[in-house]
Amino acid sequence: MSADMIPLITKAMGETVYMVALSMVIASIIGVPLGVLLHTTAKNQILECAVINKVLGAVVNAVRSIPFVILMVAIIPLTRLLVGSSIGTTAAMVPLVLASVPFIGRQVETSLREIPEGIVEAAQAMGATPMQIITKVLLPEAMPNIVAQLTTVVISLVGESAMAGAIGGGGLGDLAIRYGYQRFRPDIMIATVVVLIIMVQVVQFAGNALAKKLDKR
Amino acid sequence: MIDLSHIEKIYDSPSGPVKAIKDISLHINKGEIYGIIGLSGAGKSTLVRCINLLERPTSGVVTVDGQDITAMSESQLRQARKSIGMIFQHFNLLSSATVYDNVAFPLRLVNAPKEKIHKKVMELLELVGLANKADQYPSQLSGGQKQRVGIARALASEPKILLCDEATSALDPQTTKSILQLIKDINAKLKLTVVVITHEMQVIKDICDKVAVIDKGVIAEKGRVLDVFTNPQQPITKEFISVLLSNDLPVGFREREVKAEPFPDSLLLIRLTFIGESANEPVISKLIKNFDLEVGILFGSLDDIKDVPFGRLIISLDGSQEEIDKAMSYVEKQELKVEVIGYVSRHDSTHH
Repeated sequence: MSADMIPLITKAMGETVYMVALSMVIASIIGVPLGVLLHTTAKNQILECAVINKVLGAVVNAVRSIPFVILMVAIIPLTRLLVGSSIGTTAAMVPLVLASVPFIGRQVETSLREIPEGIVEAAQAMGATPMQIITKVLLPEAMPNIVAQLTTVVISLVGESAMAGAIGGGGLGDLAIRYGYQRFRPDIMIATVVVLIIMVQVVQFAGNALAKKLDKR
Repeated sequence: MIDLSHIEKIYDSPSGPVKAIKDISLHINKGEIYGIIGLSGAGKSTLVRCINLLERPTSGVVTVDGQDITAMSESQLRQARKSIGMIFQHFNLLSSATVYDNVAFPLRLVNAPKEKIHKKVMELLELVGLANKADQYPSQLSGGQKQRVGIARALASEPKILLCDEATSALDPQTTKSILQLIKDINAKLKLTVVVITHEMQVIKDICDKVAVIDKGVIAEKGRVLDVFTNPQQPITKEFISVLLSNDLPVGFREREVKAEPFPDSLLLIRLTFIGESANEPVISKLIKNFDLEVGILFGSLDDIKDVPFGRLIISLDGSQEEIDKAMSYVEKQELKVEVIGYVSRHDSTHH
């Protein structure tokens, strides 16, 4: 344990939080509507459309079946195109977002599917438009579940961000590999792992607490 | 008010098309409480969903308040649905919203101003007796209270029609009574046309003016509830009624053979049905006074069919055949329904 460790870890932690938080926000902005589409275009749902449902489903499955390490490397040209570089914290966010969007999509879809059909039927009987059903019925009713599911996504993002760090993305993963592994600093390795564990615990606790607060069932 | 004309609904199933409804036509007048009764799978829930097109009939025309809603565009249909309230067996309330917000839901769909929403919601919660529960969530309410919220929500858009889909089937008998009373009050107060779907004859008897009995996708029998109750034509109708009004003979007579002709040592059993005011004529006392007969009352019951008293008696006439014939011709002239059950032995013949 040495004094140089504290600033290293604080900086790496900042980078991880930045990568995870921003990736999560961007992925949710795309992934939640994706999940809504996956659910509502399915058979007997309010926007039933077999073509859209099948195409989206296939794309989601395809992306989800690629292991993150491979996805990260495979999309380097895309990352360059979007951020101008394939190295750095911001660059690492491109594969993180890409991997999380289909994950979130499926999680949201599952949450929406659990809402009793009758509630949607009641809204239809009251003359609600499909958009009103999505915003006033489906999302509010599924919110406790969605929050719980998104918590899982955040936690897997923490893990993936460490992997992204290993190819020059910065953050706790980068620190653990460069100092802990390559420079034989077990103290930094251990400290990094401890910080990661604490981060995951905090995220899970906050997610559970929020989901519970929202749940009125 | 509601006119269903040659409605047919065919579902696709793995084993081929299934006809859920076969050519049903039904006319429901303004202000009526119309009951549709059937066993599960008879097609009654599908039929009520055809009234607001939650289910689109495969063929046929649905006219509501003079408008053919089967010919409407999606947006016209959404507009039309605002004048058709609906309540459900499982209430279908938003679990994430308070009682207040649930009732406000239809008003928010049309972006009604806040003050108007507040006034309407509080007025409706007052009507259903839940004004003090405005801030609670559905999970904190009992089944009956949830259905009251459902009713308040259905009334928020000031509909002309209320559809009740098995609205009391998930409730205990006492709560059922109070919800039915509420529906009856609303019908009277707001001049609402009400369609009630149920599998319980009790519901029909308590609040309906007219009834249609549905069996295997067709209407087996329909008419005024009083007529259907006192003079059912179809076996399925008789079965529904028998749950409420037993046609069995009293214990002690069930074992005895009933014969159409008199025999030595026999009594005549007859069933008398009194409806409404006909109960005023003192038939029994006249039978005893004017004829040389022993008159026994074996069974008696008094019911209400939507507020009309409805009494039933099984009596035995014991005496000479001449006196029995005279008594029967007297009874048949009275304003009541007479059914001859038959002749039975005066004594219990089964010796054990």
